[in-house]
Amino acid sequence: MSKREYFKDTEDATLLYYEEFKDKETILQQATPEPEKEIFKIVGQYTPRIDGEKIVTGQAPYTHDISLKGMLFGKILRSPHACAEVVFVDLSEAESLPGVKAALPLKKGRVNYAGEPVAAIAATDEKIAEEALRLIKVDYKPLPFAVTVEKAMEEGAPQVLEDRPNVPPKPFNDYSRGDIEKGFKEADFIIERTYKTAVEIHHTAETHGSVARWEGDRLTVWDSTQAIFSVRDGLARWLRVPASRVKVIKKYMGGGFGSKLGINDYTVIAAMLAREARKPVKLILSREENSICVGNRPSSLQTIKGGVKKDGTLTALYLKNYTSGGVGGGDRCAEPIIDVYKCPNMKVEEYTVYTNTGASRPTRAPGHVQGTFALEGFMEELAAEINVDPLELRKKNYSTKNLGDTGIPYSSKGLDKCYQMGAEKIGWHRRNKKPGQGNGKVRRGLGMASQIWWGTGRPGTLADIKIHPDGSVEAICGTQDLGTGTRTYMAVITAETLGLKPEDITVKIGSTEYPWCGSSGGSTTTPSVAPAIREAALKAVEWLKQLAASEMKIAPDAVIIDKGNFINKDNPEQAISFQDALRRQRREMVFHGECGGRSSDYAYNTFGVHFAEVEVDTETGQIKVLKVVTAHDSGRIMNRLTAESQVIGGVTQGISTALFEERVVDETTGNVVNRNLRDYKIATSMDIPEIIPLFVDIIEPRMNIMGTKGLGEPPRIPISGAIANAVFNAIGVPIREIPMTPDKVLEALKRKEG
Amino acid sequence: MEKAKKKRKTVTRRDFLKGFGGGALGAAVAPSILAQEKAALQTKEGKIPLLASKKITLTVNGKKFSLMVEPRDTLLHVLREKLNLTGTKRTCDRGECGGCTVLLDGNPIYSCMYLALRADGKSITTIEGLATNGKLHPVQQAFIEKDAYQCGFCTPGFIMSSAAFLNKNNNPNLEEIKQALSGNLCRCGNYFKIYEAVSAASKSMRRP
Repeated sequence: MSKREYFKDTEDATLLYYEEFKDKETILQQATPEPEKEIFKIVGQYTPRIDGEKIVTGQAPYTHDISLKGMLFGKILRSPHACAEVVFVDLSEAESLPGVKAALPLKKGRVNYAGEPVAAIAATDEKIAEEALRLIKVDYKPLPFAVTVEKAMEEGAPQVLEDRPNVPPKPFNDYSRGDIEKGFKEADFIIERTYKTAVEIHHTAETHGSVARWEGDRLTVWDSTQAIFSVRDGLARWLRVPASRVKVIKKYMGGGFGSKLGINDYTVIAAMLAREARKPVKLILSREENSICVGNRPSSLQTIKGGVKKDGTLTALYLKNYTSGGVGGGDRCAEPIIDVYKCPNMKVEEYTVYTNTGASRPTRAPGHVQGTFALEGFMEELAAEINVDPLELRKKNYSTKNLGDTGIPYSSKGLDKCYQMGAEKIGWHRRNKKPGQGNGKVRRGLGMASQIWWGTGRPGTLADIKIHPDGSVEAICGTQDLGTGTRTYMAVITAETLGLKPEDITVKIGSTEYPWCGSSGGSTTTPSVAPAIREAALKAVEWLKQLAASEMKIAPDAVIIDKGNFINKDNPEQAISFQDALRRQRREMVFHGECGGRSSDYAYNTFGVHFAEVEVDTETGQIKVLKVVTAHDSGRIMNRLTAESQVIGGVTQGISTALFEERVVDETTGNVVNRNLRDYKIATSMDIPEIIPLFVDIIEPRMNIMGTKGLGEPPRIPISGAIANAVFNAIGVPIREIPMTPDKVLEALKRKEG
Repeated sequence: MEKAKKKRKTVTRRDFLKGFGGGALGAAVAPSILAQEKAALQTKEGKIPLLASKKITLTVNGKKFSLMVEPRDTLLHVLREKLNLTGTKRTCDRGECGGCTVLLDGNPIYSCMYLALRADGKSITTIEGLATNGKLHPVQQAFIEKDAYQCGFCTPGFIMSSAAFLNKNNNPNLEEIKQALSGNLCRCGNYFKIYEAVSAASKSMRRP
């Protein structure tokens, strides 16, 4: 397989993310689904996960845990050079090591980052495979490289990709509206600020990996993936086998955060090794590999110039961004600035900077995390400049239509309610009226940031409800549970509709043999799966009521269903059980549901706000987050217990981004230096404040029959900006770069004194 | 941290190469049935016989196992690959994240940093053995009720650390809980709910 082509594949995957997950006008229908008005009894309550016992007893099967008879272990040899010509690869010595069953050369020609696959081995055990890697002889001709953005942008810098300059002159995102010059002329104040965000690594708990088994021309793959169908179709394409003969399974996965979307090279390699060796192959990447070659969140260098009137009205916003995703494309960081606040005049230019480092992948809220950090920091500085309450500035520029109030109306936008709930809960009045007004060594401050994301569902998502003659019920969908609780809300919705308990429902997900569902990314899973399951369950309940009505010899519309019984609403004493209604049934019944379309007259977005309280030690530069209050509008909440976890997780990861996370690449060797969880810092149990998740509980009126929107990305977006703004409020000087490590805080304080 | 500060017997390079066949664990020179020798390694100090593998005995979740292990095998490797106890996870594989935490004679250790040979004769509890007679441990029960997990991959490690901690301190405050769990990483970031779960479990463990 051609690595070059593979790059294109992953790079496209990042760009395709936007196509796939944002509102897609082409597939929208004019029909407006009416959300359920009824008050649900289980939906929206606190339901513990139906598979909780499996998880807490270690019985949940992850891809790492798959063990097959005769299984071999695969390993990949990766380039130690950031740029080199692979002259030849000699596998002969490795192949002759006892226990080695397959060896594949993967690369000829140029490697463009340290970590690019060069060859692969399958052996009877992992240690033999590792030993064999050391016996592979590769003749590299090292070439000059550029691993930092600064170096890549220098004149005469080594060219990272052979077919294009390091900074393509045409911006990949070029947007404008209104008249930017006129907007600046109308402004009473104009400021310009530059914000910087570091490259982040996903570092999922379960490292990436796949197990591949051939039976004749049929391929089964267990993969740690967010997208079983994309993996199936990718394997079919890469291996040139019919998709109908490929099956992909993912029961449990230890985190993805975007890095496990789409087909991966190691999955294809595992299948190739398995075909070669005629034995199943398990190929699990190491933590080190996870640091260099399975994606990252691109860096950004964003300059915002904005104009504002004395009363706080925004007149113009101009964003210029240089983003770097290594050999992959960078992130679009402009969506928040384009959309969230009312602003008639806008200009955006975003450029990619290629470097000789691993390709970026979508990372939970790609672009929005970086873009929101810059935009919300800028809003905070604007507010300080014109001396208004930062929250009032946001309210002053509140929009009800997308594209900064110049586009189509939002179908629902509860951001105003979020502001009110959140401000009240954190005690917004306690903030320093003037940033940095406090005294003493340790200063406190409050900050906030708004959030926008898409979070619509994917029309065409399929789900089945199967009812067995004995009364047992299955809810089936080819989706994946990333740890968000998909299984549980499928059971919740089914139980709610059929008058049963969630634990009565057998949920089946995570196989390409089940009805089609798209990848779990972009906060699309719940608004895709929930309406599809509900539709199937509604059909099932219609049929069940008819069955019960004929048993009870009453009209079907006289039947109500409650706690596993069918009741005659005109005579509540007449009731039969679920099983009794089905007693004449001799075959299982399957009901199909589908996530429908929605009207293209509206924009569908999720909104939210985070408020943070911090403490800054002005002597050590250390930031401590004390309290975080979040308020989200994600439509109707399916399960409050897991929704809260989702928000708490997003906040925790955002604290990590704000304070700790940064991939460091050595300019001399071209290699990532912090390839483990000690040197690459992430938030630990010692860094977590009190987190209070609130929901505004607005039922989205026209997106889907459940009135629900996504919640995966939203809580990840505003937190880093809210913390930075709280730090500004505490010490009176903004820090325009994340992670806000102590050295940057001290530097900023020095700047203030100077 | 408890697990990091466990008494450690000094291991010399020589002992290591010998696969602890000699003095380190106080075992007699292994007879050939119990150990397979590889070619000897010539060093300045003379020839050191290398062990290819050695027989050890472990009690895991109350069951006794005798098995051959290589000197380089970690306890984690033996649990997952030889005993098929896959609830214990390999996450960082270098003692940084606690995903592989098991109890060794009741104390939490990182099984990825513990050579299997060293565990000879010891008693080990893994996540699969924490429930007794089909009844979940209070920590397991609390993790379900409080939703103290997301992807669930780090959960077994957190539960083992928490259970060991509550055995020593069944009435901890928040700061003590944070400290006790600081050797475990949760990438989904559900620490806040984990504190709630450990606190709830401590309450139910205090109840008679």
